[in-house]
Formats: sequence, structure tokens, C-alpha cells
Amino acid sequence: MSEAVVPHQAEPSTSRERRLPGRWFARAIESDVFYSFRRSRLTMVAAAITALFFLLAILAPLLAVQNPFDPAQLQLMNSRIAPLWTADGQSPFLLGTDEQGRDVFSAILYGLRISLAVGVLGVLFSGALGIVLGLIAGYVGGAVDGLIMRIADVQLTFPAILIALLINGVVKSVFGNRLDAVSTLTVLVFAIGLSFWVQYARTVRGSVMVEKNKDYVAAAQLIGLPAPVIMLRHVLPNAMGPILVIATINLALAIITEATLSFLGSGMPDTMPSLGTLIRIGNNYLFAGEWWIVAFPGFALAGLILSINLLGDWLRDALNPKLR
Amino acid sequence: MLAFTLRRAIQAVGVMIAVGIISFSMFRFAGDPVNQIVSLDTPAAERAAVRKSLGLDDPVPIQFARYFGNAVQFKFGVSYQFRQPVANLLMERMPATLELATCATILAMVFGILMGVYSALRRDTLLAKVFQAVSLIGISLPTFLIGILLIYLFAVTLGWLPSFGRGDVVRIGWWTTGLLTVSGLKALIMPSITLGLFQMTLIMRLVRAEMLEVLRTDYIRFARARGLTTRAIHFGHALKNTLVPVITVAGLQFGSVIAFAIITETVFQWPAMGLLFVQAVQNVDIPIMAAYLLMVSLIFVTINLVVDILYTIVDPRLRSTISRPA
Repeated sequence: MSEAVVPHQAEPSTSRERRLPGRWFARAIESDVFYSFRRSRLTMVAAAITALFFLLAILAPLLAVQNPFDPAQLQLMNSRIAPLWTADGQSPFLLGTDEQGRDVFSAILYGLRISLAVGVLGVLFSGALGIVLGLIAGYVGGAVDGLIMRIADVQLTFPAILIALLINGVVKSVFGNRLDAVSTLTVLVFAIGLSFWVQYARTVRGSVMVEKNKDYVAAAQLIGLPAPVIMLRHVLPNAMGPILVIATINLALAIITEATLSFLGSGMPDTMPSLGTLIRIGNNYLFAGEWWIVAFPGFALAGLILSINLLGDWLRDALNPKLR
Repeated sequence: MLAFTLRRAIQAVGVMIAVGIISFSMFRFAGDPVNQIVSLDTPAAERAAVRKSLGLDDPVPIQFARYFGNAVQFKFGVSYQFRQPVANLLMERMPATLELATCATILAMVFGILMGVYSALRRDTLLAKVFQAVSLIGISLPTFLIGILLIYLFAVTLGWLPSFGRGDVVRIGWWTTGLLTVSGLKALIMPSITLGLFQMTLIMRLVRAEMLEVLRTDYIRFARARGLTTRAIHFGHALKNTLVPVITVAGLQFGSVIAFAIITETVFQWPAMGLLFVQAVQNVDIPIMAAYLLMVSLIFVTINLVVDILYTIVDPRLRSTISRPA
């Protein structure tokens, strides 16, 4: 990631070796961005927590005491056990169990996987869509630009959550309620991707409009490079900074959107729960005093989003030349 | 000015027609409406008769024109789940949504502006830093988590406030209000906070940033040089000039407040339009989904139009840029 950040920076003045391949790591360490990273303790904590969440999600099968997606491993005997440190706690269930005897800790680990997968894939999809449309709009201009930007304007009027809900609802009505968990996940990624592309497109279009009149683009055109190559290899890297900021903040938004859709009951099903689904399930037991079923997935979600947001805030300031 | 208003109005109508087409395609093509009406063992001849009676045999443009004509008269068809006209269902629930959204917006404006002004003027105090932290949490916590947290605290643990519903409502004409009864007001507190928190943090951050910007300008320096009191400078000059963007954002955000009300209404089982929409999505009740989309779009587009026009009235500098051909 850091390699992509660097071209946007003021070039380090001396280093001749910066053109050497394989030196990107040294370049990253020397960069202004990394310097500002080391200066901010809060950012380092946020980065560590975010990394921890990703690690927990990746290592979920090793850390979990059961596979919460496998009904055969759940036993009703073990339902509604309180967390380990309370009087009613029982041994393998660190954070207690839910109504179906699902270990809350394992469910959070596997739920994190779903939430992060939908978030990351959603950001990649919306980013790809927005970047391509923004490049085309900025580079081609004219009627194409007008059309793409009008669509963007209209979509920007509506909050992303509403668009995602509608897309979900329409897909559901076309396929009925027959969708299995994996296709639901795909639908979620598409719904989130289609709801968040506008910001990328606008930013990329703006950068392209500035960049395309510069000499290096004229030079690239002169030696006969095809337009897609110029756009992707020459113009896009110069627009990468703002895109990274948007992507980071949108990762948090995408995770919130997925959790919200799942909470509203039009996201991941109970058999393959994400963090939002776990919170929806747990919410039903709040009045019965079984607070742990909803509290721990809630903490996990809040901590994840907060640390990603802190990273995004820092990245925005670190890449903003005005604030330096 | 007139040309600008006219152009924006035409644009707004264009958006509504586009949304109308989307809404119509959902209504017509997402699932077969006939299947929703007849039972599984209805013979084909009867199905054809139903199809004909619904006008589904006509060419698509004619169907669209009919749909649009009906929609303009607020005829959105009959809900599959409730077997009632969708317009009635929506109208019944609209007061609840509007009361909630208005309360949340007022709450967000009052506290957002107060906290924003304070944290701009006393930037280094502990309280200002607490406000900053609260605003970050307000942006990071998903709405439904805030709602659940409040319910756990004030309904389950302390038992002070009701956790769901609107309380007792009073009917005034077709409008039902919860603002006139004690239980209605009590039921309104937590949903309004939940819904307003995000807007509040947004307004607070905006006011703070704008205030800091304005306090650096020359006319504030000049006001200080004239020996005006700090109070007059801060509130008479600085705050007044920050309010234009704040009102714009708050106005534009009113639309998303109505959309975010979907979540709040689900958490608190608030019997309003958003809850109806969520249930419609779950039960694939297309007429309600299509009608909700149209209604909310109409509200959004109207607000955007009004804010745009008001903006040019409030800030004369914008007029010269607008009157130039784009």
C-alpha cells in the first residue's frame, strides 16, 4: 500500500536509489507519511487494533472452539451460558453462548470474517467501478462525462444505506427467498459496491481533469500509447492519495452498511451470521438479561469501525499537503 | 436567478421521472404481480383474466404512463401483505416519521451548534476534547448499536423510558401526534437521540471548523481592533457567518434523517414509514417498496431544490457565479 502512496508525496530530494526496484520498503520508511505515522501514538494504536482484527479473522479456525456455521457442532445443552468470569460461566465458552448453544467468541471470530470480507470486497468493487467511470468521465469528457456525472449527482442525493436496501430487496424479489448464504454475501458486496462508487468517480474525475493537460500526458499521447494505458499507468497513480483516503473511510462505512443490513434482517442469514446478524439475534435476548449475546459482537463491531475511522482520519491529514 | 430556479426545477422533475421509471420497473418486473394475487392452484385461464384486469397485457409505455398517472394522484396500488391501499398505509405512518425526524434534527442543531461553538472558542479545554471524542464515537458507532445501548441503559436497567412504540397518541384530523401526551413524549426521547446523534456530530464538526476559519479572517481582526466585546464578536459576527453552511447541511441532511429513520424505527419498533419499508423488503412487498422510494425521493428532491434556491437568496455572492452559463 505504502508504495502507492509515495508517488503522491514530494519526492525525497537526495536518494538516487529510489528508482531501484526492491527499495520501496526503504522509501516507505523514509517517507513523510511514515514519519507522521510514527509521530501519532493514537494512529499506531488504531493500526495495531485494525491489524489485530484482521489477524483474528484470518486465524478464526485456529482460535475458535467450534465452527459456528456448522449446526452439527452446536448443542442446545450449552445454550445461554453466561461468560466465563461470571458465576454461571462454563469452561470452553469464554464469552458465553447464545440461544442455540453457539459460542459467542467463536461466532464473533467467524462473523468478523464475513464483515471484513464484505467490507473489503465491497470497497474493492466500488473502488474499481468508481475509478473506471471517473477515468472515463474525466478523460473522454463531453456527453459521456455529462451522463456519468448526472447519474452520480442523482445517486448522491440518496443515502447509501437506502440504495443498498433497495438493491437487496429487488434481488430478493427476483430470486425469492431461495438465496443461500454465499449468494447473499455476493449480493451484499454488489449492493454496497453500487452504493459507494460515486465518491471515487468524482475524485478521480477531478484529478484526471487536472492531470490530462500536463505535459507528461501529452508526451505519452505523442509516442502513441493507447488511452487505457495512459489512464491507468500514468494518470491514475497521481490520483492515488485521495483514493486511498476514501477507500479507508469507505471500508468503515461498508462494514457499517453490511452490519446495518444484517441487523435489519436483509443481510446475512442466522445460519452464517456476520457481526450485524449476531447483534440482531442478541437484541432479542436483551430483556431476558442475557446481555453478553449482543454486547460482545457490539463491542467488536464498534472497536473495528472506530480504529478504521481513526486510521482514515490520520491518512486524510497525512496526505493533505495543506496541513503539512 | 429565475433561469437558475427554472433549470433546477427541470432537473428535479427529471430526477423524479428517472426514479419513477426505476420504481415502475420494480413494480412491474421484479416478480410477477399476478403470482402475488392468485393462489398456487389457480388455473391458467383465471390467471390470464387477472392479468387482463390488471392491465398487464398492455404495451409497457402505456403501463408506465398509467402507473405514473396513478402515482401523481398518490395511488400506489395495494400492499401484498396488508391487502390495503399503499397510500393509506404510508399516510397513516407519515406523521410518526416526520415527528421523529423533526425532533432529531432540532436536537442535533441545538446541541451540535452549542458544542461546535464551545469547542472552537475553547479549543484546548478538557471539555472541548471530550466533545471531539464524543463526535468521533458518534460517527463510528452504528445507529442501531447506539439504540440498543440506550435501551439497555434506560429501559432494561433503569426502567425510566419505554423501549418500543410511540406511547399514547392524539389524533388531530388525519395527523396523529405523540407530542401531546406524557407517554408519547417519553417514548420520543430515546429514538430522537439515536437518530439525531450522527447529525449532531456532523453539525458540531462543521460549526467548529467554520468558526475556526471565520475567527482567522480580517473582519474579525478589525472587529477586535474596534474594541467590540468578545461576546459581540463571537456571536454577532463569527457565529452568524458560520450559520449559512450549517443550515444548508442540516437542510440537506433532513433527507438522510428520514432514510436513517429506517434503522431507528426498527430498533425502537416505532410504527412509521421506515419500519413499514423494512417489513416490505423482508416480505418482498413490492408496491410498498416502490411507493416508499417515490415518496422519499419526492421529499429529497424537494428539499434539495428548496435549499439550493434559498442558498442563492441568503448568499448573494453565489448569484453571479450561477447566472454565468455552466
